[in-house]
Amino acid sequence: MRGATHAKWAACAAAVALVATACGGGGDSGGDSGAVLSSSWGDPQNPLEPANTNEVQGGKVLDMIFRSLKKYNPETGEAEDMLAEKIETSDSQNFTITVKDGWTFSNGEKVTAKSFVDAWNYGASLKNNQKNAYFFGYIEGYDKTHPEDGSAQTADTLSGLKVVDDKTFTVKLSQKFSTFPDTLGYPAYAPLPQAFFTDHAGWLSKPVGNGPYAIDSYAKGSQMSLRKWEEYPGDDAAENGGVDLKVYTDNNTAYTDLLAGNLDLVDDVPAAQLKNVKNDLGDRYLNTPAGIIQTLAFPFYDENWNKSGSDKVRTGLSRAINREQITETIFQKTRTPATDWTSPVLGEDGGFKEGLCGDACDYDPAEAKKLIQEGGGLPGGQVKITYNADTGSHKQWVDAVCNSINNALDNDKACVGNPVGTFADFRGQITDRKMSGPFRAGWQMDYPLIQNFLQPLYYTNASSNDGKWSNKEFDDLVDKANAESDTAKAVETFQQAEEVLRDNMGAIPLWYQNGSAGYSDRLSNVKLNPFSVPVYNEIKVS
Amino acid sequence: MPEPMPPEPYPSGGSRVPEDGAIAATGMGGAMDLATSEGETLEEPPVGPDGTGRPERARSLWSDAWRDLRRNPVFIISGLVILFLVFVSLWPSAIASGSPLKCDLAKAQEGSQPGAPFGYDGQGCNVYTRTVYGARTSVTVGVLATLGVALFGSVLGGLAGFFGGVWDSVLSRITDIFFAIPVVLGGLVLLSVVTSNTVWPVIGFMVLLGWPQISRIARGSVITAKQNDYVQAARALGASNSRMLLRHITPNAVAPVIVVATIALGTYISLEATLSYLGVGLKPPTVSWGIDISAASPYIRNAPHALLWPSGALALTVLAFIMLGDAVRDALDPKLR
Amino acid sequence: MGRYVIRRLLQMIPVFIGATLLIFLMVNVMGDPIAGLCGDRQCDPATAAQLEKEFGLDKPVWQQYLTYMGNVFTGDFGTAFNGQPVTELMASAFPVTIRLTIVAIIFEIVIGITLGVITGLRRGSPVDSGVLLVTLVVISVPTFVTGLLLQLLLGVQWGWIKPSVSSDATFGELIVPGLVLASVSLAYVTRLTRTSIAENKRSDYVRTAIAKGLPRRRVVTRHLLRNSLIPVVTFIGTDIGALMGGAIVTERIFNIHGVGFQLYQGILRQNTQTVVGFVTVLVLVFLVANLLVDLLYAVLDPRIRYA
Repeated sequence: MRGATHAKWAACAAAVALVATACGGGGDSGGDSGAVLSSSWGDPQNPLEPANTNEVQGGKVLDMIFRSLKKYNPETGEAEDMLAEKIETSDSQNFTITVKDGWTFSNGEKVTAKSFVDAWNYGASLKNNQKNAYFFGYIEGYDKTHPEDGSAQTADTLSGLKVVDDKTFTVKLSQKFSTFPDTLGYPAYAPLPQAFFTDHAGWLSKPVGNGPYAIDSYAKGSQMSLRKWEEYPGDDAAENGGVDLKVYTDNNTAYTDLLAGNLDLVDDVPAAQLKNVKNDLGDRYLNTPAGIIQTLAFPFYDENWNKSGSDKVRTGLSRAINREQITETIFQKTRTPATDWTSPVLGEDGGFKEGLCGDACDYDPAEAKKLIQEGGGLPGGQVKITYNADTGSHKQWVDAVCNSINNALDNDKACVGNPVGTFADFRGQITDRKMSGPFRAGWQMDYPLIQNFLQPLYYTNASSNDGKWSNKEFDDLVDKANAESDTAKAVETFQQAEEVLRDNMGAIPLWYQNGSAGYSDRLSNVKLNPFSVPVYNEIKVS
Repeated sequence: MPEPMPPEPYPSGGSRVPEDGAIAATGMGGAMDLATSEGETLEEPPVGPDGTGRPERARSLWSDAWRDLRRNPVFIISGLVILFLVFVSLWPSAIASGSPLKCDLAKAQEGSQPGAPFGYDGQGCNVYTRTVYGARTSVTVGVLATLGVALFGSVLGGLAGFFGGVWDSVLSRITDIFFAIPVVLGGLVLLSVVTSNTVWPVIGFMVLLGWPQISRIARGSVITAKQNDYVQAARALGASNSRMLLRHITPNAVAPVIVVATIALGTYISLEATLSYLGVGLKPPTVSWGIDISAASPYIRNAPHALLWPSGALALTVLAFIMLGDAVRDALDPKLR
Repeated sequence: MGRYVIRRLLQMIPVFIGATLLIFLMVNVMGDPIAGLCGDRQCDPATAAQLEKEFGLDKPVWQQYLTYMGNVFTGDFGTAFNGQPVTELMASAFPVTIRLTIVAIIFEIVIGITLGVITGLRRGSPVDSGVLLVTLVVISVPTFVTGLLLQLLLGVQWGWIKPSVSSDATFGELIVPGLVLASVSLAYVTRLTRTSIAENKRSDYVRTAIAKGLPRRRVVTRHLLRNSLIPVVTFIGTDIGALMGGAIVTERIFNIHGVGFQLYQGILRQNTQTVVGFVTVLVLVFLVANLLVDLLYAVLDPRIRYA
């Protein structure tokens, strides 16, 4: 295609202009460690504080400028020690954490045990309005620094955190949580320099961390320039000179810019262009599994969906959805039909079990029709799938799911999409329990643990249990699994809980979402981690 | 507040109302025009304020216009197209078999084939069937919203322009406030509370946010038309306000309103899609061109046909109404006789 | 004249208060903005309450409005949810959008009026039909599609422009986005001019001017055009506000961080401070534009006078 060849030429021109390197050679000829790449970005929704960032765009930056106790392996997703020398426990409730020597922030300040404890206390304190405060909810004393009922907080610091010496601190949890150390790679647990507390506004305008990159300049709403931090002590130092994150308000524009050679990396290829990606980019396109699953949740507070036989209706709906066809046609295989309630990125050892859903997720129109009839038919004769219209392109797949259900049930109006104008309104309706039918639910994992895919979503009254599904057996199994100190056994128990979820069809699993990215021919060694964020420090620029 | 000063009254009551004869003093004033009209006046006595004159004068401007229209081929063609659209809206099943809601994803984005002359869209729905069935919603929304906006806007704007003074100030400032409401905000606020899935809330919303523009245009043209000699003359002769507005000002001020309204018709049909896109407009299972156009837009590189046909239908509708508007305007313009 | 302008300026005060109050209430009616801040999960109630307090959402609406207006008069337009002062957002968004609007208006005036005059003088000619055809295409194909196609063709295929506009957003970069933005309005301006010209070209004063032996060019520009411009000027006046606040689609396609985008974001996130702040400035723009249009009436048609 003409566009593609042209794009190559333009990209080379841009490369020449930027760093005067030779162009025309293959992309794999090693990298110039001084070259800077440009990448698409979205304006973060919240101030860039680690415990206040709950979406991917802000997370991208935190991932580059911070290193925590643990780091998730970009390929396997496994939690590996980063700043942690060791994390010890004898009872899965009291942990002693030792911090490695030799780490500093990019402003020269040493990273100590206090850097962590101060940061965590800040994140857990109600008065700081940190939206990810609940991450510290397992630590003892959280109910004092962050009272659930909104009453005045009685403590500024978590009683469960104690600094022992410069390198050591202890954590006491309020309950047993055997996999707690593995959660510590989440950005919310990052250490913070003193400047964060002494000059907060100054820090926010140009955050300082301890990661492989340091922020060079930050123009809110348009661009952030990150440069390699030369003194970075870790073993995952940046292999390029830096990254310029450019704010795009539409991923399609970013994609077009990539084609024209104005941009090196797009980590969100627009759905409408997926069909052209092979033509436009050839093999400079990634489609990597990520820890994201899309489901349809049900309002269990609504009698219609919580009576005897409802489970059959829900299972019937699940069997009326042709996942295979939708992921192929609408998403061009950037989604994989789901066969359980976790994600393939967990790996089999981590708890992913292909086919756990069994028949209940297999497309079978005849069986679907039968099940729904047996269950008493669709409540009111019609299901409305509610979604928000302002973010993501949910309309396409909701319409496709509805068409699939309609075809299976031989009824043109059995299922219709029900858009809601804004995300806030959508969330508001969920919070106020106003849903009357299935609605869109998605989950992006915080850390690659099976616990993270089950407990927050399906445990009675858990923070993201939007459908308010509640099942004693499931809750007991989750409790049991959390207390289990042997990982393999814990995973097995979690899977038993998942089977309970399946038998009740507490939510219909739809598909696992992949991360997709396209890049220019200047780049090589581009990867997406299990959180669908590019592994910037490993990218080579020629 | 525009308080246009009447121009110096002309020495005689020589100006004439436009329907009187071949040469009407509709010029923007000036001594030369005056000369012409005075010359004519000598031969023909001016019409009295009661409107009676010689028998053939009883024919009003409007009936003249109607007679003209019937002979105008542009009017006939556009009328036939509009009749066809009405027919399709009422009985879509007459020319399209099958249901517009029957979609098979396996056929997504396929091109033209027997049974589906326009091919299939991204969801595997039959584009031909959907285009035919979408006519009802789209034509209803477009025509009614345009009528509502044009009537409401031109009445308010016309009155503001005609009476001037305090009326103008109050109406114009209200217009300003309505101008300030962003469509997205208005839609999300006013339409998200509506649960009805009929076209009425959408039409009501368009009228509510659309009238200020026509109102301004109408006000501007009335202010201009008001300056014309024949209007001043009619006033001097003691014509009532309603008579002046209906007989002298409206026919001369209506052209810009018609132009804007006929184009707005198309934009309202598209606006309906914007509202649907925002999740506050018409919801499935309603079928409309707007919804289909907006759904097909991102796939322009792969399946342009899914965009082409509903867009083409929209273009045809707009063309018909633009032609109709042109014909009506010409018929109302005495200078073209 | 002077007194008239002063009176008009004074009238801005009630409009200003009315519009801000209306917008304030509308954003408020949309519901609780906090629910959308915590991503795909529920905000814990304590944090939600704390956030409400911080943004002043726990107080009654009238009190919120009074506080807000009080702040506005001291130049404080509040902060957006991402912690950025709204004045900062305005300072970055308005200059870009104003440049974009200027480009669009110039297109409307130059291309729109030229085409309108040509088609008006030659009604029924092939040029007239051709322009009508283009008009139909512009009306029935969404801006999104025309923008996208131009971007692909000019930006990628032929490489004449950069597909996206840099954060400097210079006039040169804004030519194509400005054309896309102006496209629908161009249709209006062309048709309005065409009709006015067609209507006035048979006027006595035109005939007189021709009879006087004035050159055709002078007749068209001096006599015909000047008298035909009032509806066109009115339309462009109403369009300025729409172009500035409603360029959402164009700004998205070309990645322009302007007013349309900020306003759209603010509305979707139900950020009262951003929305009311931006709309407030837009209202002022409307008011000034309308005043200018009314004054232009008097310039174009000397018989219209303001006391």
